[in-house]
Amino acid sequence: MKNAVDVQNLSKNYGDTEALKEISFSVGKGELFGFIGPDGAGKTTLFRILATLLLADSGAATVEGYEVVKDYKKIRQIIGYMPGRFSLYQDLTVEENLRFFATIFGTTIEENYELIKEIYSQIEPFKTRKAGQLSGGMKQKLALSCALIHKPEVLFLDEPTTGVDAVSRQEFWEMLKRLKTMGITIVVSTPYMDEAALCDRVALIQDGSIMQISTPYEVVEAYPMGLFSVTSTDIYQLLHDLQKLPQAHSVFAFGQAAHLSYKKENVTASEVIRFLKETGHEDVHVEEIKPTIEDCFMELMQGSEQANERTSGRADK
Amino acid sequence: MNQQPIIIVKDLVKKFGSFVANDHLTFKVKRGEIFGFLGANGAGKTTAIRILCGLSFPTSGELSVAGYNVYTQREKIKQNIGYMSQKFSLYDDLTIFENIRFYAAIYGLSKKEIDRRTDILMKKLGLEEAKKKLIRDIPLGWKQKLAFSVAIIHDPKIVFLDEPTGGVDPITRRQFWDMIYEAARNGITVFVTTHYMDEAEYCDRVSIMVDGRIAALDTPVALREKYHAKNMNEVFLQLARAQKTEVL
Repeated sequence: MKNAVDVQNLSKNYGDTEALKEISFSVGKGELFGFIGPDGAGKTTLFRILATLLLADSGAATVEGYEVVKDYKKIRQIIGYMPGRFSLYQDLTVEENLRFFATIFGTTIEENYELIKEIYSQIEPFKTRKAGQLSGGMKQKLALSCALIHKPEVLFLDEPTTGVDAVSRQEFWEMLKRLKTMGITIVVSTPYMDEAALCDRVALIQDGSIMQISTPYEVVEAYPMGLFSVTSTDIYQLLHDLQKLPQAHSVFAFGQAAHLSYKKENVTASEVIRFLKETGHEDVHVEEIKPTIEDCFMELMQGSEQANERTSGRADK
Repeated sequence: MNQQPIIIVKDLVKKFGSFVANDHLTFKVKRGEIFGFLGANGAGKTTAIRILCGLSFPTSGELSVAGYNVYTQREKIKQNIGYMSQKFSLYDDLTIFENIRFYAAIYGLSKKEIDRRTDILMKKLGLEEAKKKLIRDIPLGWKQKLAFSVAIIHDPKIVFLDEPTGGVDPITRRQFWDMIYEAARNGITVFVTTHYMDEAEYCDRVSIMVDGRIAALDTPVALREKYHAKNMNEVFLQLARAQKTEVL
């Protein structure tokens, strides 16, 4: 079976800035594939190249076997693309926008209504409202409906949940799971690390390079360190003091706890507790935990050369 | 230490036509506290922040910010607060150096003070080498830290941070919170919105807006206990989801 997306050694520069550095990956048919990384990692550049809106400097990319440069017309017919910035017509109504996109692709709302029904029915009560006057969550649903109305084979969603609240984010991912069951390949990007767990496979991307590609489970399994979740009565002081523990590899805040990573078998929980009690901490709890994707991402970032430069000074803060 | 709250909001109502964006909000923010202002999209957070910053008038209610009245002393309020958001922060086509001096001047600092504070800030952020770089050419992480530093360059009583960490990498996000803590320890009250629920845990107190009203306001510990939740994400989902099912 051929892949839905194949990318080989793709590079793109903007002046001196290397947005993409020889990245390679493939996405299987029907896969839900996530690009996880912060702003400036190169996600949007990559999506624009795959959507045939931008030319790469070098490398090759195909979508459903079609080449992004030579076969761009064909690709445009079979993909749905939802850019990061809201790009529908603000002065057209909800329904006019959807009809416009259906018409462009030579179809009708009615013909593919089943595909978008679940998403579109939520905004249908507002179908005479201008798109520019919708709330953020509704805009997002309309944009997804418009990207789906021609029944694409591959859906590219560039940061669909950025700036969206936790509840709407969860709903959006539930929608993606259902679209996946309809056989649509979905390539999605996000800066939210917790969303990685919802993908079949993820690429962790930073500074134009892919640091790792695998299933979320494998990302966590590949974490090379041991990890403790540590709490005490004073979290701020705790973060500071844990840095001084000689065996500490890294210390990061995670909500109400500090995550302390260490070289495996280098230190035990009771040693950490003793150290903190001697430093004056009370109500100390130390628990061995599995890393989250965010722990893994930060570990990978620290491993890469450029990240070292950027994050220097981390340990003394 | 002055015990008077730095922000007092009593029965704040803001209507747009028949739509009630803020429906009788009442809360206080203490001096030096990190106050998390959470809520779903469209819950009315931005409307309230604009009023607190003196950019928009309330329909009704009694409000004082940094000791000033939001109806009659809006210019005073603007001089005594700092503001930063992901969308509006620095000028892309000015250098790092120029941005710092520009903001310091806007806030009315003297020439001497501008020189002194610019110098301190460049050293603190380790940007002396890069001072002539245009903002558009520096990494996002630097921009965010610089934008925050610039927002408090005039030692405001309160700084408003509207989703300051959206899209930044996880390490920079944590460094950013170190800066927030530092500002709070120096006596600056921090009023912050975020969609990252782990960041809600870093606040002294958190309010959660649902549908124009404050549905909950307490310390993260107390909120987790009250809603029998493992973390703030669960608290948020419980409160915001209950309302959502009604509207959509």
